[in-house]
Amino acid sequence: MTAADESGTPGALHPRGELVRRQSAWTRVTHWIWAACLFFLLLSGLQIFNAHPSLYIGQESGFEYNNSVLSIRAERRPDGGIAGITTIWGRTFDTTGVLGFSGSEDEPLGRRVRAFPASVTIPSYQDLATGRVVHFFFGWVLVGTMLVWFIASLINGHLRRDIVPLGADIRGLPGDVASHARFRFPRKRAYSPLQKLAYAVVLLVLFPLIVLTGLAMSPGINAAWPWLIDIFGGRQTARTIHFAVMVLLVGFFVLHVVMVLLAGPINTMRSMITGKYRIDAREGGK
Amino acid sequence: MTKFVLDRRKFLTVSAAGLASAPLAGCDVFDAAVAPASPVRGFMAGANELTFRAQRMVLGRAALAREFAESEIRQGMRPNGSTDPNSMEYMFLRQSDFALYKLEVGGLCEAPQSWSLDELRNMPSRTQITRHDCVEGWSCIAKWTGVPLAHVLAEVRPQATARYAVFHCFDIYASGASGRPYYESIDMIDAYHPQTILAYGMNDATLPVENGAPLRLRVERQLGYKMAKYISRIELVESFSHLHGGKGGYWEDHGYDWYAGI
Repeated sequence: MTAADESGTPGALHPRGELVRRQSAWTRVTHWIWAACLFFLLLSGLQIFNAHPSLYIGQESGFEYNNSVLSIRAERRPDGGIAGITTIWGRTFDTTGVLGFSGSEDEPLGRRVRAFPASVTIPSYQDLATGRVVHFFFGWVLVGTMLVWFIASLINGHLRRDIVPLGADIRGLPGDVASHARFRFPRKRAYSPLQKLAYAVVLLVLFPLIVLTGLAMSPGINAAWPWLIDIFGGRQTARTIHFAVMVLLVGFFVLHVVMVLLAGPINTMRSMITGKYRIDAREGGK
Repeated sequence: MTKFVLDRRKFLTVSAAGLASAPLAGCDVFDAAVAPASPVRGFMAGANELTFRAQRMVLGRAALAREFAESEIRQGMRPNGSTDPNSMEYMFLRQSDFALYKLEVGGLCEAPQSWSLDELRNMPSRTQITRHDCVEGWSCIAKWTGVPLAHVLAEVRPQATARYAVFHCFDIYASGASGRPYYESIDMIDAYHPQTILAYGMNDATLPVENGAPLRLRVERQLGYKMAKYISRIELVESFSHLHGGKGGYWEDHGYDWYAGI
């Protein structure tokens, strides 16, 4: 048995160690502001997407030719009913009830023909103008919080200590993957290699990417910084990447919450609220 | 080993139940807070002012929108909004192919004037192949030919108090039960921008009715709804608060931001 196996027994079998100071106030405050921002950005973003629920590759949207990679629409069935249809890379799926056509039968048809359902858009009804107001407000808050977090983390060492994966993390990666696969999550003082990697990808790759692809959709920014849209290969490609990064961030969120539950929700939530985290006894002092 | 399997099974059951119940949570709880008259909505809309200032800071007066090559025009220009205005005046002018059309330019200027379509075509012209970005999210590349608005403004000599050019249009835009006249406004920085043109030609032909004949605006550094079609009259004003809904444009009166740079 290796050392990791000994300390990795799940749940109540963890030997209780001391409470350590895990998260600085900067990390905790920016974490919760981001949580709120991403929630509202996602729901208002889906509202904006619903105004033209198709994604393309290139500068423009093909109306007389096909450069679409995703489209969601409603179609009339031969029997007279309405189906929600989703096409991804030329493959068509019936997504009635979720994408393309959703809502309860007593609602008017006009409200039911919609790409993403009312339960995941702000506002619940179709209203692009309002979706844009909410989206741009939280977009500014997200960017401001990113800047504050980056500067604070650079100064207080969070970035170097917990986020950027170093040589030792790369070497420890196979062992960490094996321990995750066995659902063993030792409570250590430092982040595990997979944790570092996940946070580095989200904070240093996906966050900047979703902001820059958002800006690349702006005709004003296109005129000011023409190179930005060239990096992404055209406005419609930028829009497609913006959507894809959203999907990745939603995936991260699901994984993140699952890991919080598996690693001990009380301990992890406490560390993100009060900053204090209980580590395993054998980890103490290191 | 047995313990590990049980843990995983329990975990999978709980997560499946969680995922299944997630879509049941509705999102209409925020509808009241983001409704047009709500103070929360008003506070959030303040960010649009920040966007405007930030874009003007990085954009400057002269930065040009990207212009494309002929080979990048791969399709016709997608028409949007009104495509067939039915006001009496417009239908009358259309009958004679806009031979009787006159563009009136007035308001806060020294020399208000009006020009026929032929007179506008004899003014200096500019042709540009640009990408039209709709607020809905789609884009379409087309070639536009017209007279630079800067040239027209030089003819009428705007007064120092003129801050906006307002474009009054022939089309009554129908939304719901009632229709309202379409109009738009831009400030003098965009009005004097070299790519801001009053277009009478599109893709090497006369501007079609569905795309805004006889005259439409191109403001290439903003979104499509700023580019008013079916222009009947241009009015130079100090403020647009007395016009229609007071927000400076048809869509602005319906909750969209006045500055459409993103």
